[in-house]
Amino acid sequence: MITSADFIGCHQAQFLDQFDILEQAAEGATFLLNSIHSADEVWAHMPRPIQQSIISKKIKFYVIDAYKVARDAHMGGRINTIMQTCFFAISGVLPREDAIQKIKDAIKKTYGKKGEDVVLQNYAAVDATLAGLHQVTVPTSVSSKIELAAVMPAHAPQFLRDVTARIIEGKGDDLPVSAMPIDGTYPTATTKWEKRNISQFVPEWDADLCIQCGSCAFVCPHACIRAKLYDQDKLSNAPEGFRGVKPKGKDFQDQRYTLQIYVEDCTGCELCVTVCPAKSKENSAHRAINMVEKEPIHQREITNEKFFDTLPQPIRDNTNFSSVRGIQFIEPLFEFSGACSGCGETPYLKLLTQLFGDRMMVANATGCSSIYGGNLPTTPWAQTSEGCGPAWANSLFEDNAEFGFGYALTNEMHEGMARKLLQTLAPTVGDTLAKAILDAPQLTDAEITAQRARVRELKNKLSSIRTSEAKSLFTLADRLIRRSVWVIGGDGWAYDIGYGGLDHVIASGRNINILVLDTEVYSNTGGQASKSTPIGAIAKFANGGKEVGKKDLAMMAMAYGHVYVAKIAMGANRAQTIQAMREAEAYNGPSIVIAYSHCIAHGIAMKDGLEQQKLATQCGHWPLFRYDPRRTPLGENPLVLDSAAPKSAFKDYAYNEIRYRMLSRQDPEHADVLMKRAQAYVDERWKVYKDMADHGKKQDGETAQA
Amino acid sequence: MNLETHYMGLALKNPLVASASPLAKNLDNMRAMEDAGASAIVMFSLFEEQIKQERESLEDFANFAGESYAESLSYFPKASDYEVGMEQYMKLIQKASTSLHIPVIGSLNGTTKHGWIQYAKQMQEAGASGIELNVFFIPADFSLSGVDVESRYVDILSAVKASVEIPVAMKLSPFFSSIGNMCKRLDNAGADALVLFNRFYQPDFDIENQEIYSNLQLSTSSEIRLPLLWIAVLYGKISASIGASRGVEKAEDIIKYIMAGSDVVMTTSAILRNGIPYFKTMLNDLERWMTEHEYESVQQMKGSMSQEKVANPTAFERANYIKLLKSWSPSDTL
Ligand SMILES: Cc1cc2nc3c(=O)[nH]c(=O)nc-3n(C[C@H](O)[C@H](O)[C@H](O)COP(=O)(O)O)c2cc1C
Ligand code: SF4
Ligand code: SF4
Ligand code: SF4
Repeated sequence: MITSADFIGCHQAQFLDQFDILEQAAEGATFLLNSIHSADEVWAHMPRPIQQSIISKKIKFYVIDAYKVARDAHMGGRINTIMQTCFFAISGVLPREDAIQKIKDAIKKTYGKKGEDVVLQNYAAVDATLAGLHQVTVPTSVSSKIELAAVMPAHAPQFLRDVTARIIEGKGDDLPVSAMPIDGTYPTATTKWEKRNISQFVPEWDADLCIQCGSCAFVCPHACIRAKLYDQDKLSNAPEGFRGVKPKGKDFQDQRYTLQIYVEDCTGCELCVTVCPAKSKENSAHRAINMVEKEPIHQREITNEKFFDTLPQPIRDNTNFSSVRGIQFIEPLFEFSGACSGCGETPYLKLLTQLFGDRMMVANATGCSSIYGGNLPTTPWAQTSEGCGPAWANSLFEDNAEFGFGYALTNEMHEGMARKLLQTLAPTVGDTLAKAILDAPQLTDAEITAQRARVRELKNKLSSIRTSEAKSLFTLADRLIRRSVWVIGGDGWAYDIGYGGLDHVIASGRNINILVLDTEVYSNTGGQASKSTPIGAIAKFANGGKEVGKKDLAMMAMAYGHVYVAKIAMGANRAQTIQAMREAEAYNGPSIVIAYSHCIAHGIAMKDGLEQQKLATQCGHWPLFRYDPRRTPLGENPLVLDSAAPKSAFKDYAYNEIRYRMLSRQDPEHADVLMKRAQAYVDERWKVYKDMADHGKKQDGETAQA
Repeated sequence: MNLETHYMGLALKNPLVASASPLAKNLDNMRAMEDAGASAIVMFSLFEEQIKQERESLEDFANFAGESYAESLSYFPKASDYEVGMEQYMKLIQKASTSLHIPVIGSLNGTTKHGWIQYAKQMQEAGASGIELNVFFIPADFSLSGVDVESRYVDILSAVKASVEIPVAMKLSPFFSSIGNMCKRLDNAGADALVLFNRFYQPDFDIENQEIYSNLQLSTSSEIRLPLLWIAVLYGKISASIGASRGVEKAEDIIKYIMAGSDVVMTTSAILRNGIPYFKTMLNDLERWMTEHEYESVQQMKGSMSQEKVANPTAFERANYIKLLKSWSPSDTL
């Protein structure tokens, strides 16, 4: 642990307002800040304690706008090299001139083979860095009125103030072991307290253009866009600048519609903008939602957000759960995760929580979803306003399906016990109530709400009965409300390491749901090939391109005949995504849903993630389908294809991604060979699915559903 | 029948050349074109900015989110030895020029002076028999005058000519105020050939989705008229060779272009539409027509319908335009 640092660099200026980053600075240390403010202006933006430290410790203070230097040098958002150059220039670890020369030598060594111009371009970046690096003239007295923002607001729950806040501050090591929860359960719904403010650009809603389709809210990986419908008189208390507009369509004309963007949680991925279908008639570049600089709208939107939070949540029972438009109004119970900006996995999780709410019990395999799902200090798994939410736990990589199976068996057992007790106690609590509870279908949200009311009534009655049976039933009564057990993980878990258990669980025939977030690579550990990696893609351990075809997990599961199987991609068909999840959950048996999840390990601009999903489906790499065993006894084909025959080449999709393109640059001939093999694989797979889906259909010109 | 011709100092077995297109992206296709009778092949263009962009995007994405998380310091295997378009392009020239018997002409589209010279030299070293400069340049910068644009063409040509020994052709667009004057200037600056004309792929609008889209439309015979006019006018007035490009669908189009004064006739659309063996079909048809009409050689036919030689030279100019307009009576339009 460093407690007296001679050099402190701050690469992200927003940390300045949150942490006392100079607390550990030594007397006479050097402080380097990446800031949009110039050397003349930056002092005025420094919080008071930082100014205080700089003056009292006689700190040498340097500033650079590294993002601007990176942009000008065509380095995108990569500032590592720039900040490193600054470090060598001012830290004094080496004489300045020597250090710069060494950096340039390293550049020459790394890029020499790529041509003179590349070397020169990198030299230019170093020179531009030095030109943009300035020492700040430090005034003799503290002038700032800015105080460090409290890591946790005063109204946050106690545990968050006492424990979570310390971890966020980076002072977790100071916490005593006794501060930790004894049984390892942590409070949920905590990401909302950690305002990360990581994007300089956020979307802004244009209420007049918006057609209220809900697509932006649906795809946002971080659940930063929420929609509400509310009585128009509520607007009388709205802050200035808060927009509420008439709902589109004929219904609910006395209501108002608002789309609120949580700008402090937004990561700036732009997926919401690329998906928005509404464009201005006057200017085709302007949509109903557009990226803008955050600074000018920051305060306004925080005020709006506070007001928006006071507006009532919709009642689930009245929601149309089959459409994107309906689902936008449902509060997600998975929000503001720390997944990569634009992550392709998280929108599926968010959707699950909207569909199945607090009834969910999630067993999460280790991988990205367990890290952004439950890594300390905070968790994105959230709660309703009544304080209920999904139960979540992370198990090992190799046994997650079994772990979730344990939930399902325990549920079965507890429910069975509860039912038995209820039958015994029926005369005491009332036959009508007991029968209503025991016979409740609990398929729709309305039916489940009714069951909750009955169970509440039951518990009320039980609380005054003194028998041991009544006491037992009281503790078990909640199990009479149908739960939704989900086993979730990535392809590394489902296709590889946890496959044996997954197979065991689906073979059991028990009622359990599995969601595979398929990024086709081990994402969390940095892009190692899995059995899901397609032919021709490079990955670690498949440096020369994957040679054999992607394992067809769906086909393997379908082979059982009793497993509900679906393949989905929300960029290709959102309605089908919703339908598959709902069918999987409603099916009284094992279900597996495999979801195409774009990922930074694909080498794409993440804002194009949904477009890539669409292309993956169009070219036949990711056919959409649902295999529902409930159709078999009706004499129908259980397999229904939801996407059309491939209409583009696999390479037209693949070569948009670095994981494929890199090989064509390293070994073009082999890339060609693999690309042809990949195309043949895609063609063959499609034929097999098509034949299966057409099986038993009449020959008289009736076409397959596609 | 003697189909031989000379083009930018190269002796060719016939006048039918494969113009720049993706057909020349692999050696198998290039061999097939040679077998089908193409007398020379122009490679697809090497675009300098594409190389730059590709390099930047490979670097960018391959390093994306690197060093940001202790458990995964990168998301891709370490890739130091990848090649962007340029290396692969030069390798292909090298392979093609050693394994084919017909000349292979490199095609270059630069954005910087450095790029024009560097890549032209590399093409020469790789074994190209010549270079075609494709100045695909849309002067969207309104401060550039016509004179500036023209000088740019001349400067690029001069710079490339000064740096290589192999012949250099210039592929032109028709968008000059005075094409004849422009051609003359390029001729004076040492162009070994002029190719008329480049075909631009202008974007179209998708009005349902308010988006720009570009779909490639192959040419038809109706497009030969503009190049035909200018080739016929230029013939005999410049010392550079003349290559015709645009709209060749069948042998008659080749014949027309030769009669106008072309040294070679280039084709792409027809081949993309009908397949590589279509070179052979067109050459057979050309030969049959020439035999039927008792021609002995291409040389004999070359320029026979040029402005210099036709009975009515004004047919190429304004007088003909007026006559044509007059000949339309309203009933003709019904
Ligand atoms: C698919 C395609 C790609 C082309 N690529 C190039 C190119 O890279 N460089 C170039 O100078 N011309 C290129 N061209 C233009 C052709 O070389 C040619 O000038 C044009 O198509 C007109 O000839 P045509 O009517 O015989 O097709 C391309 C044309 C097509 C159809
Ligand atoms: S930019 Fe990305 S994170 Fe921000 S609101 Fe849009 S989709 Fe959500
Ligand atoms: S995607 Fe566009 S049109 Fe649809 S709700 Fe969002 S802002 Fe409105
Ligand atoms: S690595 Fe991929 S799956 Fe993991 S959080 Fe990032 S984008 Fe999502």
